[in-house]
Amino acid sequence: MARFLINRLLQSAVLLFGVSIVGFALMHLAPGGPLAIYTLNPTVTAQDIERIKVLFGLDQPVYVQYFKWAGGLVSGNWGYSFFGGQQVREIVLDRLPATFLLMGTSLALALVIGVAIGTLAAVRRNSVFDYATAIGAMIALSLPTFWFGLLAIFFFAQTLGWFPAGGMVSIGDGSLLDRLHHLVLPVVVLALVLVAQWSRYTRSSMIDILDQDFVRTARAKGISPSRVLVNHGLRAALVPLVALAGLQLPLLVGGALVTETVFSWPGMGLLFISVLSTRDYPVLMAILMVGAVVVVLGNLLADIVVALVDPRVKLHDE
Amino acid sequence: MTGEASTPLLKVENLLVAFGRAKAVDGISFDVAPGEMLGLVGESGCGKSTTALALMRLLRDAEIGGTAHLNGVELLGLDEAAMRARRGADVAMIFQDPGTALHPMIRVGDQIVEALTAHLNISRREARKRAIDLLRKVGIAAPEERFSVYPHEMSGGMCQRVVIAMAMACAPRLLLADEPTTALDVTVQAQILELLQGLVREEGMGVILITHDLGVVAGMTDRVAVMYAGAIVEMAATEELFATPLHPYTHGLLRSIPQLDSGWDEPVPTIPGSVQGAELQTGCRFAPRCAKASDACRTPPALREIGENHFVSCWNTP
Ligand SMILES: Nc1ncnc2c1ncn2[C@@H]1O[C@H](COP(=O)(O)OP(=O)(O)OP(=O)(O)O)[C@@H](O)[C@H]1O
Ligand SMILES: [Mg+2]
Repeated sequence: MARFLINRLLQSAVLLFGVSIVGFALMHLAPGGPLAIYTLNPTVTAQDIERIKVLFGLDQPVYVQYFKWAGGLVSGNWGYSFFGGQQVREIVLDRLPATFLLMGTSLALALVIGVAIGTLAAVRRNSVFDYATAIGAMIALSLPTFWFGLLAIFFFAQTLGWFPAGGMVSIGDGSLLDRLHHLVLPVVVLALVLVAQWSRYTRSSMIDILDQDFVRTARAKGISPSRVLVNHGLRAALVPLVALAGLQLPLLVGGALVTETVFSWPGMGLLFISVLSTRDYPVLMAILMVGAVVVVLGNLLADIVVALVDPRVKLHDE
Repeated sequence: MTGEASTPLLKVENLLVAFGRAKAVDGISFDVAPGEMLGLVGESGCGKSTTALALMRLLRDAEIGGTAHLNGVELLGLDEAAMRARRGADVAMIFQDPGTALHPMIRVGDQIVEALTAHLNISRREARKRAIDLLRKVGIAAPEERFSVYPHEMSGGMCQRVVIAMAMACAPRLLLADEPTTALDVTVQAQILELLQGLVREEGMGVILITHDLGVVAGMTDRVAVMYAGAIVEMAATEELFATPLHPYTHGLLRSIPQLDSGWDEPVPTIPGSVQGAELQTGCRFAPRCAKASDACRTPPALREIGENHFVSCWNTP
């Protein structure tokens, strides 16, 4: 176990190293480079540009810049924003809880509902419920998240007025109820696609498992159908889905970005969009790296969970 | 063992199983006396497993007709909850492939415990104790340690012992053993059969032993029913059947047993043709492959008693 963890963490480190190089290269290859916002501004003089370059260390060779930046990232000094000079780490980490709240709640909700729908659809194969949920999932998967978001705002916020149209808290109110009230629409919108995927995956995995010999053995014992379904069926059907949850993380991160934008949810996604327009590269890079770390660690966690629940899977060192 | 006086443990009358339009079992009747072992033989696809699964009511998407009285209770007419109370308690089944019959993610001991607690009102501790006793009874060394092992950590023979322990858990009066040794090594086969025979004698339960190995039938069973294409074509006491087989199909089966004293280069006689499409036949289903076929065979022969307790369905036997 310890060896497996060390191995996987090393692999993750190499992966993140690669991501950081690609990200850094893209930032420098972008037209105008990191300072495009200044160089393209006619009121900023050439002398000003030179001054800013020296200030941000952009006059040094690219590899020196990279190692300074990467070294800082690892040691906790994430640099300073091009605009306002605030600490990047502060800016980004301030937004992290809001994003985690949104993603975590959506993921949990989606798992519970998706697995329930998928299981029921597998048990009642070819029933009205099965077809209805299949069509629903197809619609949810084929339409973009931002469109659902706008639709939700239009109906539930503007027309019906049931929920606030955006933000995390009302001004002058910070109660738990108020926060939950704000959470509902973004969570539902973000969870929608995940529910659609999970219900489909669960259904097909469950259908596979229910045809297995060991499910027949369980039924032959005379235990209750719900016990057969949950203890024998779901237990086996969910294993491949745990690994899948890890692979789904990038989708979740992307969905969170869109959802935060639509609902002005003050998380990392919204921050990303706003610094994208100002090309605040140190902040952009930090967000990219945090996103990558979340995805990589999430996958590692999924692998560990699989190994813990499935005795056939050994955590070996490849 | 099949005296007129003893009421049968199991009385199957006109059992019919259809998957859509295909009749896998076409109106068979037989009975099993308490403590009797009935062999059910026939080539692959003739409906042996289907017969057993129908009695367990474990078939899905199948139409079932006829009656099956177990100790006077008509199994095929029970509602699902009542049938569940019988499964494992009154009638249990051993499956063909021990490699897939056990749940891969549940400790073997716990799988036996589940079979016990499904019908007996006992504490978990007591169930654990009994499961260990059962493991010992089926010849598993160090049962306390083996209790916590997963199926993939055991050999096929060991797994089949566990499956047998599970079937024996609630001391059912009828045991359906569906090719319990087909998936095992030859040396292990003999051990498992010996174990099974010992246990069955000890408990005095009735058994239907499904196999296509006539050697097994000769050594273990009291009576044999030979199936062909969903119908029983001959049924007699084992010795009688081997001494005076009457149906041409039984003849063929007996001739196709490899003889120890025959030379290496002598081919084993086989029955020409295949069972394919036999259920579409209007007359005798074996007629297309039968050397003795005559005009009479265009009408289907009924199973009739020719000698004492010797039944055969063929027009061309004396
Ligand atoms: N679920 C099912 N749906 C449709 N047809 C089925 C189903 N199960 C079995 N059959 C058909 O019923 C017939 C009898 O099958 P069965 O499994 O009972 O044969 P068997 O005698 O046990 O053969 P084997 O020795 O190969 O185990 C076969 O023709 C098979 O194709
Ligand atoms: Mg079979």
